[in-house]
Amino acid sequence: MNENINPNVHTETHTGHGGLHTDHHGHDHDGHHHHKQSFVSKYIFSQDHKTIAKQFLITGMLWAIVGGLFSVLFRLQLAYPDETFPILETFFGRWAKGGQIQPEFYYALITMHGTVLVFFVLTGGLSGTFANLLIPLQVGARDMASPFMNMLSYWFFFLASVVMFSSLFVQTGPAAGGWTSYPPLSALHEASIGSKAGMDMWIISMALFVVSSLLGGLNYIATILNMRTKGMSMTRMPLTMWAILFTAILGVLSFPVLLSGFILLLFDRNGGTSFYLSDIVVNGKILPNEGGSAILYQHLFWFLGHPEVYIIILPAMGLVSEVMSVNARKPIFGYMAMVGSLLAITILAFLVWAHHMFVSGLNPFLGSVFVLLTLLIAIPSAIKVFNWITTIWRGNIRFTPGMMFSIGFVSLFISGGLTGIWLGNSTLDIHLHDTYFVVAHFHIVMGVSAFFGMFAGVYHWFPKMFGRYLNNTLAYIHFWVTLAGAYLIFWPMHYQGLAGVPRRYLDFRLWSSFNHFTDLNKMITIVSIIVFATQLMFVFNFFYSIFKGRKVRSTNPWGSTTLEWTTPINPGHGNWPGEIPEVHRWAYDYAKDGRDFIPQTEPLNPGESKH
Amino acid sequence: MAQTAVVQGKQWWAGGKSPFNVEYGKLMMWYFLMSDAFTFGAFLISYGTVRFSANSWPDPNHVFNAFPGAGHSNLPLAFVSLMTFILIISSVTMVLAVHAGHNGDKRGVSKWLIWTIIGGFAFLGCQAWEWTHLYHEGAWWGMNPFPNANGTASSTNFTNFFFTITGFHGFHVFSGVVINIIMLLMTRNNVFEKKGHYLMIEKAGLYWHFVDLVWVFVFLCFYLV
Repeated sequence: MNENINPNVHTETHTGHGGLHTDHHGHDHDGHHHHKQSFVSKYIFSQDHKTIAKQFLITGMLWAIVGGLFSVLFRLQLAYPDETFPILETFFGRWAKGGQIQPEFYYALITMHGTVLVFFVLTGGLSGTFANLLIPLQVGARDMASPFMNMLSYWFFFLASVVMFSSLFVQTGPAAGGWTSYPPLSALHEASIGSKAGMDMWIISMALFVVSSLLGGLNYIATILNMRTKGMSMTRMPLTMWAILFTAILGVLSFPVLLSGFILLLFDRNGGTSFYLSDIVVNGKILPNEGGSAILYQHLFWFLGHPEVYIIILPAMGLVSEVMSVNARKPIFGYMAMVGSLLAITILAFLVWAHHMFVSGLNPFLGSVFVLLTLLIAIPSAIKVFNWITTIWRGNIRFTPGMMFSIGFVSLFISGGLTGIWLGNSTLDIHLHDTYFVVAHFHIVMGVSAFFGMFAGVYHWFPKMFGRYLNNTLAYIHFWVTLAGAYLIFWPMHYQGLAGVPRRYLDFRLWSSFNHFTDLNKMITIVSIIVFATQLMFVFNFFYSIFKGRKVRSTNPWGSTTLEWTTPINPGHGNWPGEIPEVHRWAYDYAKDGRDFIPQTEPLNPGESKH
Repeated sequence: MAQTAVVQGKQWWAGGKSPFNVEYGKLMMWYFLMSDAFTFGAFLISYGTVRFSANSWPDPNHVFNAFPGAGHSNLPLAFVSLMTFILIISSVTMVLAVHAGHNGDKRGVSKWLIWTIIGGFAFLGCQAWEWTHLYHEGAWWGMNPFPNANGTASSTNFTNFFFTITGFHGFHVFSGVVINIIMLLMTRNNVFEKKGHYLMIEKAGLYWHFVDLVWVFVFLCFYLV
């Protein structure tokens, strides 16, 4: 390994041309040039990026089940406020007294649903999995720049998970102030039961999460910039690499601001300070805190919070670009435009945070600046959408499960993106803020669509991860139910939002103007239970296929150009048993010169133009 | 073949080598420092936001006017100037350590590292004295005995921000000292001698200079403005 850790002493000798071009038909090269590893160093404290990727993925999946289950529970309350479910009392005791979800429980459920899915599934689970799996394999490196830091990144994530999961079991329950944890609610123990010990654990867990994200992000950037194999110029990289690079930059620059915000919050909670507190009365008692600003927290939070949605969606975009091109058997349309739009999104991501605060008392003039910057994001987003559509236009499409989910991603991204244009206007936002319209918007555009990108990635790279395929029949059922379900759940919420139904409310029974939504709410809940069950089916498919799935017989099952498919079917630590292959062309030579695809490792033919 | 080698040699971004001609650790250190700059930036901007939304603020010349052993004499900013001077000098000794590392001069590296570590401890000692002094005057998180410059009662955010941000910086200095001690031990044990280079000292140096640079901003925001 040593020769790879420091590129300055890069001792790989490159044969003049040809690179690595031999197929290792199904031979298992595990442990080639490696010592025997114990179970612990191979599967638990592993420094192999591929194992770390699987650890992130499986941890993320467990969290997704927890977070998804929470949404089913609070949907039960929204659809059936009059019914009782004695089984809930059996499991949750006084939190579901008489078989009904209590208000504190409801708030805890929505808070943890948001926290878990945004951070632990779609950030840790998504970036952690695919950045780790794909970076060394696609840029042609034996491992991450620092495999040790990479391992630490997972274990900090694990530690954050343990703290967050433990907070579910403390007597006063987990944090319940919403996933944004706005003060003063989150800053005062006495403000609510969900602001007691659970809130402190939430902050500590999130601080650990920031450390994990930082360790991972630094590694991703350094590896992509520094460890590319010979010939792998930046513009020859697959778009997955560009997307992950920009994601990592976003994370490295925005999470520290959140950390500062959390440190101040922790002092307000436990140190007697008033960074965010001023002029507060709780339960008739006037608090001495003075001089702070609750709005300050919102600025600090959304300075991360907005880039965060791009941290979630950019990797999905990268995965989808790659999967689409491979399965349309066409080069990605507008490669440089795709890179440029990713860059534009990355820059704009830092300049739009206050659109989450249009009704917080923001100066309307400042609001108009943020409207303009927010609406500008429509441009790179539209470029990407049109490029995906033109990529599959007249393609020789193979409807693999990965491809289906990629197309689903584009559909959802368009549907959810269009409502972003509504919400980005501060005047419309006065009516729409904090309604189900917002819930519908962000669930479609970054929640479900990021999940679709993740599923596309899992179905596409599962053969690389485990040397087996997932079951296709279950995959197609998974796709159609999830796609139809996502639209059935979130589409009606737009109408509820337009009618003014506020989010985060426990009970609408006394609100007679919303009575006509009663049946709609039942429908949404029933569909979400079906969709949740379908995800469990996917989880079954995943674990079943690891052990019993159809075996992969060739090293390059999808006919892909990229480097990960030049490794053996079950690559060992170090990825390539021989030399690292040299790259001679970009990642998208599909349907070129009468050939289906030309691997990146194949030298240019005489007279062939360079790319 | 030779020609391709020449062409490749000019193409920094063509893969197979680091585009900045640095090893990954230094690159990571730079990105970490950028990230950390955002942490401090967020703190200082928060401080500015709260301070400038207040009517008035305590005058640092009145708050920070004590000097150890000088009794009750009024020496505004004298002690913090000394602290700042010590920290800047420790940056100079760090430069000399890195320089000695470039020359493969083990004795030089270890000599200048020791001076840097002493400087770091001296700074931390000064900070400990200053915190203790302020604490005895009744200042702490949530407690502020100092009135505003215009004579009105001040909110506790003066001390809240002071202790949080200088504390966070002090924590960075402390980490830096620990890193430098580890570097010193590694130098003494010939780790770098065997590696053939002193790149680790350079990375530790980057961190140390960053911590000093942050202090310049902290000094500016809390003592001078």
